[in-house]
Amino acid sequence: MRLSYPADIKIIQVPCTGRVDILHLLNAVEDGADGVYVAGCLEGECHYISGNLKARKKVAYVKKTLTEIGIEPERVEMFNLSSAQGARFAEIAREMTDRIRQLGPSPIKKKSHAA
Amino acid sequence: MIVADRKSLQEILAMVADKKKILILGCKGCVTVCNVGGLKEVEILAASMKIARKKEGNDIDIDIQVLERQCDTEYVAGIRDVVGNYEAAVSLACGVGPQFLSEMYKDQTFYPGVNTTFFGGAVQHGIWEERCAGCGSCAIHNFGGLCPIARCAKSLMNGPCGGSSKGVCEVNKDTLCIWDAIVKKKMESGRLDDLIGVKPIKSWKTARDGGPRRSIREELVQGNI
Amino acid sequence: MSELKSGSNLEKVLKAGHFAFTGECGPPKGANVEHLKEKLSHLVGKVDAVNMTDNQTAVVRMSSWAGSILMMEQGLEPNFQMVCRDRNRLAMMSDILGAYALGVRNMLCLSGDHQSFGNHPDAKNVHDIDSMQLITMVKKMRDEGKFLNDEDIDVAPKMFIGAAANPFADPYEYRPYRLANKIAAGADFIQTQCIFNMEKFRDFMKKVVDMGLHERCYILAGVTPMKNAGMANFMSKYVPGMDIPESLIKRLKGVDKKDQAEEGIKFALEQIQEFKEMKGVAGVHLMAIEWEHKVPEIAERAGVLPRPKV
Repeated sequence: MRLSYPADIKIIQVPCTGRVDILHLLNAVEDGADGVYVAGCLEGECHYISGNLKARKKVAYVKKTLTEIGIEPERVEMFNLSSAQGARFAEIAREMTDRIRQLGPSPIKKKSHAA
Repeated sequence: MIVADRKSLQEILAMVADKKKILILGCKGCVTVCNVGGLKEVEILAASMKIARKKEGNDIDIDIQVLERQCDTEYVAGIRDVVGNYEAAVSLACGVGPQFLSEMYKDQTFYPGVNTTFFGGAVQHGIWEERCAGCGSCAIHNFGGLCPIARCAKSLMNGPCGGSSKGVCEVNKDTLCIWDAIVKKKMESGRLDDLIGVKPIKSWKTARDGGPRRSIREELVQGNI
Repeated sequence: MSELKSGSNLEKVLKAGHFAFTGECGPPKGANVEHLKEKLSHLVGKVDAVNMTDNQTAVVRMSSWAGSILMMEQGLEPNFQMVCRDRNRLAMMSDILGAYALGVRNMLCLSGDHQSFGNHPDAKNVHDIDSMQLITMVKKMRDEGKFLNDEDIDVAPKMFIGAAANPFADPYEYRPYRLANKIAAGADFIQTQCIFNMEKFRDFMKKVVDMGLHERCYILAGVTPMKNAGMANFMSKYVPGMDIPESLIKRLKGVDKKDQAEEGIKFALEQIQEFKEMKGVAGVHLMAIEWEHKVPEIAERAGVLPRPKV
């Protein structure tokens, strides 16, 4: 399968989404990322029992924080798919980039450039 | 331990709205254990505040430090050389922290980043509950080891009141009726007699009602008290 | 007569062995004396004493002692209610002295609904002492003539001491024991929470009689006539500590809306009839909530008139 997905996504690999921290997500936003998403295993199929469920809660926390700040919470998202679902991976990547394109550049980036 | 909840981001941002350079101070004591004011939470607050200020186009410079404890002057003294470099500081310790800081560094303003709530413990990961009211004269052994002063909404010494229903307090369906628990424990252990008779009126002199309190352990005090 | 504890009409009626009949009235949410007098006028001559509630359901109203005095001006005997939520022991003792000085002879000692249910949920609650301890305090003031700190009182307040009991709250098995504690603390009479679940109340009273509690204090059964099925539904769902059987709600719903009030009164009358016969019950406490004008009719039909003169 040589599936293509948008080139403007930077992938950071972790052994399990349980390793993803609130700070990783916040720092990405702070540094100007227009969107961040976490792709974890299907729920119920985490190799470490509940890493993906923990990641979902952390994503929810960051969404809440962004809402409080007045930034669209949709810029941060949690997806679940298995490692065998390559097509789904590409689809999610397109879905997320479409969503971010509609939202436009991060307000953080705009203001920082202006400053 | 002392349990606290973080203030909302908006409330903290409003406190330092006119500041450009601040220090956020965590504490490795209770607030680290209850996940509100340790290193992780200090970092999250700093990142969140930076994002918010960047969005406004009004960047803020934030440094962080986590003290061993903010309730000991020797640790509070540790920031002596840097505390003057900031326009303000936010403490994520319990209410004791910003006071010890304010007492030592009279020229600096320390904002409380958390609301200190109660003495309690974690009943499960992420959920803390009150257990002690710090009344200064503990008598929990009279109540099956469960404190009605801290855990009954009316602090009844002779409960339960008429609002106890199915083991739950009338005030909040998520709150256990502690008197229901006390009575059941006594009944199950065949010690109902412990609850016969009136528990005498309590002296609140040892509680906060008697004025701010002080503990002195003379064998530890150096010099005059 | 020398054996009387307070000399109140209620005490005399009970002591003489009459089936007592007491009413209840909430003071106004303001200083509207006329409205209070209007409500009370329906009760004159129909009851032995009237409870004057103390910031009931934690909603601010005219003070219960002031309401009690206004009631006395109208020729009714007050049962002055006091809750532990709003006053510390200093305020309680001084209010008891004040009420007594102005002629109040009965009082009802209560914990008080939690302020979160009322109209000032931000208030600090006091609970310096609890309702059980309040009973001991009023008794000490009366029988020993002493304040809590053991100082002598210059003219002690002689109150007929009342307390509440909710037979329907949990843990149910403990309720008779808690009642026993209140009696041991010094309660002379008990007014129960509104009774709707007769089966449970019969069982409760059987336990109370088995323990001999009815011989150590007067127990007045609480009755509230339902105005309609909606009220029954509401109380069942939202009023803490209420036990309203589905059968009663069905019974009210079973008749035309315009006849539901009459059906509610009928149920109350059946209850009163049974309480008259029930061992251990010394009277009825009628809580006709904002329905004071119905009290004369209910009293008449219940056959409790005229009230004894003692």
